[in-house]
Amino acid sequence: MFRNSIDLLRKDLLLEVRGRESVPAMVLLALSTLVVLHFALGQTSLDGELASGALWVTILFSATLGIGRLFVSESEDGGMDAVLLSPVDRTAILVAKVCALFTFLVAVQIVIVPAFALLLLGPHLAPALPKLAGILLLTDFAIATVGSLVGAIAVQSRIRDLLAPLLALPLLIPPLIAATHATAGILASGGPAGVPGRWPLIIALYALVFGLLGIALYDNVLDD
Amino acid sequence: MTETRKAPGRGLKRLAILTALTLGTAYGLVFFWTPNEADQGFVQKIFYLHVPMAIVTLGGFILGGIFGFLQLRSGDRKWDLRSYVAIHLSLMLAVGTLITGSIWARASWGHWWVWDEPVLVSFLIVFLLYACYQPLRFSIEDPDKQARYASVFAVVAGAFVPLNFAAVRLAQAYTHPRVLGGAQNSMPGSMQLTFLLAIIGMTLLYITLWKFEITSKTTRMQLASIKRRLDSDATGSPA
Repeated sequence: MFRNSIDLLRKDLLLEVRGRESVPAMVLLALSTLVVLHFALGQTSLDGELASGALWVTILFSATLGIGRLFVSESEDGGMDAVLLSPVDRTAILVAKVCALFTFLVAVQIVIVPAFALLLLGPHLAPALPKLAGILLLTDFAIATVGSLVGAIAVQSRIRDLLAPLLALPLLIPPLIAATHATAGILASGGPAGVPGRWPLIIALYALVFGLLGIALYDNVLDD
Repeated sequence: MTETRKAPGRGLKRLAILTALTLGTAYGLVFFWTPNEADQGFVQKIFYLHVPMAIVTLGGFILGGIFGFLQLRSGDRKWDLRSYVAIHLSLMLAVGTLITGSIWARASWGHWWVWDEPVLVSFLIVFLLYACYQPLRFSIEDPDKQARYASVFAVVAGAFVPLNFAAVRLAQAYTHPRVLGGAQNSMPGSMQLTFLLAIIGMTLLYITLWKFEITSKTTRMQLASIKRRLDSDATGSPA
């Protein structure tokens, strides 16, 4: 199963490298959101809660784009049939999709977090970076588990481009709450503060619950 | 399917009468028996409408998730119908809950919307999620697929309801220590009894409406299939 997941993940990453359909669009949307936020808030530099909120809204918007695109290669030209015909466990497909979305999110954040620091962030990024990276990676994992489930549901409907963000955003609010609270302290103007353990714990638990839900439901989601 | 074929609306009348009686008694008590709350006065009585409605709504969402799970387990579309009707009704009650909650918030706190009231906020998030149920359901044409994906949604969203409430409450508890959790114990007996009756009445109302909707839908389907058979008899066998 592990082997299959890696093969499937390689397929998704290869498609992305050759086709460049998701990550560049996600990066562009995120950068545009940062510019919009600058004008909407009328601020040149942010810190603390405002900075954390701006960063997470940006990440979430770009993530919804990636979630909507996640199953497009499967839904077009009978790609899903090909994947389902191959002797692969359904869970392996889920694991591959979670990893693919996670990789996309990390790739996007490698660009937009420095861009955010450059454009909007008041305090220096460097001292905050280790803790910030930890929260980002953990939340990316939660977004990936939720997103791969939502993407698989939404792709079946006629209005998938509409549904993916509409389904994903409410479902992502609990990890968003924890992530913004955790990040607000990290990006505080007086230098990064400690992160109370409950926030990472909530994000991790949420990712775990949705991971298990995904494993339990994926047979039904992909069965065709 | 076969047992509903015999009498789809069995017991519906008795249930409806019982519901009307319970709800009537409950709201009669609300107006003529329960004391006005010392702090908020008369407006607090919306509590007997708002809170039971909210509880039944959430219960209905979770029930929809359980029915969805049974549909996935059995592949029998009757569970999907049950899940659909449960969620559909809960969505309508959710609108009522949000409106009554807003009125109550305005009357007792002076604002139509209060962000540091975790229950209100969680409820809105849950409502926003479930508002996507029907667009999802009706944008999938194939009936089997529709049943399956609607059920997957029902299960995921049903699991999300308690998680979301926990997460929002945690976020608020961080800045606003809350004491309202124990408030129910301080209610006088007459309030408690009326409140209990209102919850039972609202639950009965939900069950009645649910049963009514299921009956109406299955009857309509039976009628359609009888019509089809009649048509095919008329055209298929001229003798």
